[in-house]
Amino acid sequence: MERLRTYGFVAGFLAVPLTLYTVFVISPYAQAFQLSLTNWNGYSSIVQYVGLDNFGRLLTDEVFWRALRNHGLLLLVLPLVTIVIALFLAFLLNLGGGTRGDGMRGVWGSAFYRVVFFFPQVLAVAVVGVLFQAVYRPDEDGVVNGVLARFGLEPVGWLIEPDLALWSIIAVMVWQGVGFYVVLFSAGMAAIPKDYFEAAALDGAGRVRLFFSITLPLLRDTVRVGWIYLGIAAFDGFALVQVLAGDKGEPDRATTILPITIYNTAFSYQKVGYASAMGVALFFLTVTFAVLTLRTTGRERVEP
Amino acid sequence: MGTRKTDRPPLGVLGGLSHVALAVWALLIVAPLLWTFLASFKSNTEIFGDPLRLPGALRLDAWGRAWDTAHIGLYMLNTVVVVVLGTAGTMVFGSMAAYVLARYRFAGSRLLYYYFVAGLAFPVFLALGPLFFVVKQVGLLNSHVGLVLVYIAYSLPFTVFFLAAFFRTLPEAVAEAARIDGASHTRTFLQIMVPMARPGLISITIFNVLGQWNQYLLPLVLLAGAPDKWVLTQGIARISTLAGYEADWPGLFAALSITILPVMIVYIVFQRQIQSGLGAGALK
Repeated sequence: MERLRTYGFVAGFLAVPLTLYTVFVISPYAQAFQLSLTNWNGYSSIVQYVGLDNFGRLLTDEVFWRALRNHGLLLLVLPLVTIVIALFLAFLLNLGGGTRGDGMRGVWGSAFYRVVFFFPQVLAVAVVGVLFQAVYRPDEDGVVNGVLARFGLEPVGWLIEPDLALWSIIAVMVWQGVGFYVVLFSAGMAAIPKDYFEAAALDGAGRVRLFFSITLPLLRDTVRVGWIYLGIAAFDGFALVQVLAGDKGEPDRATTILPITIYNTAFSYQKVGYASAMGVALFFLTVTFAVLTLRTTGRERVEP
Repeated sequence: MGTRKTDRPPLGVLGGLSHVALAVWALLIVAPLLWTFLASFKSNTEIFGDPLRLPGALRLDAWGRAWDTAHIGLYMLNTVVVVVLGTAGTMVFGSMAAYVLARYRFAGSRLLYYYFVAGLAFPVFLALGPLFFVVKQVGLLNSHVGLVLVYIAYSLPFTVFFLAAFFRTLPEAVAEAARIDGASHTRTFLQIMVPMARPGLISITIFNVLGQWNQYLLPLVLLAGAPDKWVLTQGIARISTLAGYEADWPGLFAALSITILPVMIVYIVFQRQIQSGLGAGALK
């Protein structure tokens, strides 16, 4: 009887989430894998299987490779830059106040800085995108170029120079993301026992030394978590690129990333089969990224 | 230890530099936002003039236009409805699934856990095309109900992953005691486990609110045919495109300001919870 009651409880608690998840998440994914083997256009009732043709085409598709390269760059640069800036700012906030009195202290006004830094995180990405259209305007009336003009510098085509556009977009992602990681790392730093710093400071270690010898090693786990979050965030670049650089990743596809290419192939060019093949490729890349990240950082604990 | 002084001055060169670095980053954050806010009071010519100048007069007409003709109010209401229902649903179903998978052993329990967590590995873009047709088939295309259900479904993998880890750390002794006292499974869950898991629940709630508030891609595909149901992110993107044609730039920046201000107020009121919630959550 007790056993039966337990099973009833388990089944009751799982029924709705399992159904929702299966219908709206798993079944579309399963269909995507299936569709990647077809040349379906999204409306025709005939679905023709073409085997691995779509994947063969991917190998020679220049747009796909361009998107892949940009995506790889994003995946590497975004976490690196964000984490370095966030660690630096978090360290200044928490320990920049010197080692006087009762151990290490935060810098004056650190609560205020934290509130400001974190704020962009709560803004929707699409809103941030529209905001930065004005900031990046290529003529000298753009916000950045207006400031540059004050120093007598020529206006820069932040979003229209092919070599610069993707970097400008990454800068926006960093702008938005840093605050979250400052808070994350601050929490990590607060958890480090104060005695460590006091002992080291008494031994004559400077602040730079304190950072590299105490803070950083003890913060390893937190940094690792941050790295994984940012890796996931890199895949969410879609909204920002679409708003800032348009559907095709202007200029001349210099900013196109895989999600943009997939969205267009499916909904603008009606090549659902081919888009699904790109999606499947992206899936394997994600998995590779995840496995590599977990391997190189030694976190194997996805176990229940 | 408390009164001992080291030979370091309280605010040396490094301390000063810290302040400079922090102030520079703060300025970088505030400047674009402040500029947007000011631009909503400017005229078209002022917006295209020197970006560092203040508006010549306090014009409020753009705010009116953004609210009336650009439907910002409607988009905001839609977003609030969808995010509130979506997050509430995610929390209810996510915590139920996570709890059962974390604390009950039954045939296939481990497999089911992986089944949920596997969703983390799939990029949403892969599902996009088929998802459109699935939602269409169940007759929920261009409806808020459909969007809410999809939000819940896509928030489940991370929510379950996160909360399962949290529920697992809770002491078994308390649950055991409740069972001996004759509490049912549901009661143990609601009155003992949920209160104990509160820090985790708060973190993941904030995480989901932010994620769903930010969502752009899913409504773009699932609400494409019903402009009166659009959410803010879609609305802003559309207003931005229209501003190019109609040359109503003050209207665009007023719309942006109207979008940003309530978020800013909520953020300032709850910033402590938001920050500590997300920080603590990520460290678990």
